[in-house]
Amino acid sequence: MAMKTFDRSTQVLIDRAEVLGIETGIHRLESQQPQCGFGQLGTCCRMCYMGPCRIDPFGEGATKGVCGATADTIVCRNLLREEVGGASSHVGHARHVVLAFKKMLEGKAPYSISDRNKLVEVASGLGIKFDGKSDKEIATEVADKALEDLSRQDGEPMNWLKLRAPKREFEMWGNLGLLVSNAHNEIEEAMHRTSMGNDADPINLLLSCLRIGLVDGYAGLSMATDFQDIMFGTPQVRTVEVNLGVLEKDKVNIALHGHSPVLSEKILEWASKLEDEAKKTGAQGINVVGVCCTGNELTMRRGVPMAGHNLQSEIILLTGAVDAMIVDMQCIWPSVTKIAECFHTKIVTTEPFVKIPGATHVSFEPEHADEEAKKIVRMAIDAFKERKGEDVVIPKEKSVAFVGFSVEAILDVLKKIDSSDPLKPVIDNIVSGNIYGAVGFVGCPSIKLRDTAMTEKMAKELLKNNVLIVTTGCTAHICAQAELMDSTATDKYCGEGLKAVLHALGKAAGLDVPLPPVWHMGSCVDNARIATLLGALANRLGVKISQLPVAGSAPELVQEKAISIGTWFLALGLLVHIAPSPRILGSPVATKVLTQDLEGITGGRAYVELDPEKAAAGILAHIAQKRKALGI
Amino acid sequence: MKEIFIDIERCTACKSCEIACAVQHSASKNLFTAIFETPEPRKRVHVEKALSFSYPVKCMHCDDAPCIVACPAGAMYRDTEIGSVHVNKDRCMGCWMCAMVCPFGAISADPYRKVALKCDFCRKRVKEGKKPECVEACPTHALTFGDTEELFKSQRLSAAERVARAVSITKEEKKITQLEMLRSMGGV
Repeated sequence: MAMKTFDRSTQVLIDRAEVLGIETGIHRLESQQPQCGFGQLGTCCRMCYMGPCRIDPFGEGATKGVCGATADTIVCRNLLREEVGGASSHVGHARHVVLAFKKMLEGKAPYSISDRNKLVEVASGLGIKFDGKSDKEIATEVADKALEDLSRQDGEPMNWLKLRAPKREFEMWGNLGLLVSNAHNEIEEAMHRTSMGNDADPINLLLSCLRIGLVDGYAGLSMATDFQDIMFGTPQVRTVEVNLGVLEKDKVNIALHGHSPVLSEKILEWASKLEDEAKKTGAQGINVVGVCCTGNELTMRRGVPMAGHNLQSEIILLTGAVDAMIVDMQCIWPSVTKIAECFHTKIVTTEPFVKIPGATHVSFEPEHADEEAKKIVRMAIDAFKERKGEDVVIPKEKSVAFVGFSVEAILDVLKKIDSSDPLKPVIDNIVSGNIYGAVGFVGCPSIKLRDTAMTEKMAKELLKNNVLIVTTGCTAHICAQAELMDSTATDKYCGEGLKAVLHALGKAAGLDVPLPPVWHMGSCVDNARIATLLGALANRLGVKISQLPVAGSAPELVQEKAISIGTWFLALGLLVHIAPSPRILGSPVATKVLTQDLEGITGGRAYVELDPEKAAAGILAHIAQKRKALGI
Repeated sequence: MKEIFIDIERCTACKSCEIACAVQHSASKNLFTAIFETPEPRKRVHVEKALSFSYPVKCMHCDDAPCIVACPAGAMYRDTEIGSVHVNKDRCMGCWMCAMVCPFGAISADPYRKVALKCDFCRKRVKEGKKPECVEACPTHALTFGDTEELFKSQRLSAAERVARAVSITKEEKKITQLEMLRSMGGV
């Protein structure tokens, strides 16, 4: 069978895998073809042991499960469980950071407060009184407020929902009865609700999906981003190198993969401290590179090179140049150890709940962060010694990307144009049409769509039409590798209006080049930054987010996390483009509500389209409609 | 004579036929014990992706079977009682002439005995008046079993209906099925 072909740097290594007889995801995808229609339609129910039940999409066979559940019930229950998978990941991520933060405050973990301004901003937003308290006391109260969102039983809205939700949307969710109080209770109730013999009402189930969307957005994404910024610093704009070509043959290459910055920040610190030990083994030094969202966290705050996205997490190992890949949580393919086995590469798992057969496990606890990070860096140095003599193939591809577009960093640039009303220049340019609209590109690289360059084609089409793009997660790696985050992309791809705006912003930022047209706003938890920016814009204009000429897109959906993030965006009132289709088509009710009726409730709507040109056209039509409604 | 007919438009690629076929050809004939058997039970129907469709590839038990003609060892033969085509594993020498001439790709190899492996029409079940396992297992009736005359008739009727619809002045709006939606997005 004809194999898919990918971008050049990836393809070089896939070809190497062919020569070496190493299996990759491309082979596994082929061997999974064709994939089950019931699964894709969402109409397979495995909630109880009277099943598994499947609904005949032709209506001739079974129309109900053994318990009597219809396709609508089954699809909505399955969707809610996907939401729970996503939200649990983000809430778990946030809790992991908050607990490390607390240990830091108790003097038990070797971290410190890096961004006092952010601490003050969050604390005052939470209504914490400062009177004479030390930073440590204030920070302790902030951490306790966060943990309250995982424990309170009084039904009051979550602290982080009150802190970060835009005013008009908060009111709307109140009227819809969606103001969630305790993330863990919501997750428990969603699992309870979907187990055999509970909620069978598709509408009630879809409302619960929205609740989990809010849990994800506030007790997951926003909370994680806030604490990470306070602990490790709020990102500022800088340039970095990207793509597989950032590996260096003569250095100890350490790839950090996963999502949490708590351990990876320490590894970065110790890699620099142990540089001399590495040199003693004949290496020219230590090269720390980032993969997936751990990569995004480190590049945003420290300028660490972005080596590759999730799909490249096994591909990068085929270089034979990675001495150790350290993984934390989420999106770690179990295949990495199988590929590493073919080389000298060491795979190190660090979370007690993320173990992989064939990996070395170093259980990470913030209390012992220094010792463990030191140990891991030394494991990489030892592995480098074993690498000697092995063939190394590092693709040449390497490009430059601007990263670090936190809301704070964006406002800093805008303040240089209008210090009293920083959003005014953006609004003026939206009104004039120089910025026709904006789209948030989020999510993953899909092995099913990557060969079609879905993300790049959509992005270029939108830029041509003066649509500014902000991006997070692995989609950011894709855009960076496509050189869409370099200043040269501005003149190459943008329409005249957007080009002029980006030139002016580059000048304001004190650069002699324009800002790039695709802004890297961070990791997947940093979707919180996109929501904060939209909330600020809507607030400044006195409208709801759903009225803004903007949209969200997960052009290459892979993870359950994209489903829960997407649902948060739907609750915020955004058009959310998704490809491939979420598993809802088997339910006429879910399909209609999510793609049509929801617009009349929150203003948001799901939009499925797999063709990049058509998807861009659909988003542009949506933006045109919103502009018209605003009278601009 | 009875035959298995395949309606490609109904195949959801759930592979239920594959699982059922393997279980039917296991020693225990039970899914949860069959998966632990050695040698592993082998399926004789393969759901393959074709464009945006999926299709259960299997032996069509041709009336004029090229595999029988081509087999130099005389291993391929017909069961005249039900018209099905079979392989005598003791005669088969694994030359794969049958696989080379089969227009349907219906022959695979028994990995243990290195001889031809193919659909046996669930001969025992069919002689007992039952349907083949794959047909029983298919949840969407993509696989059906019946008299050839009946099947031909139903094919004629559906062809006639298609033509009638095409020229119908009422132009009844075509209902898009969920699978067609999925396929239009590159699915199945």
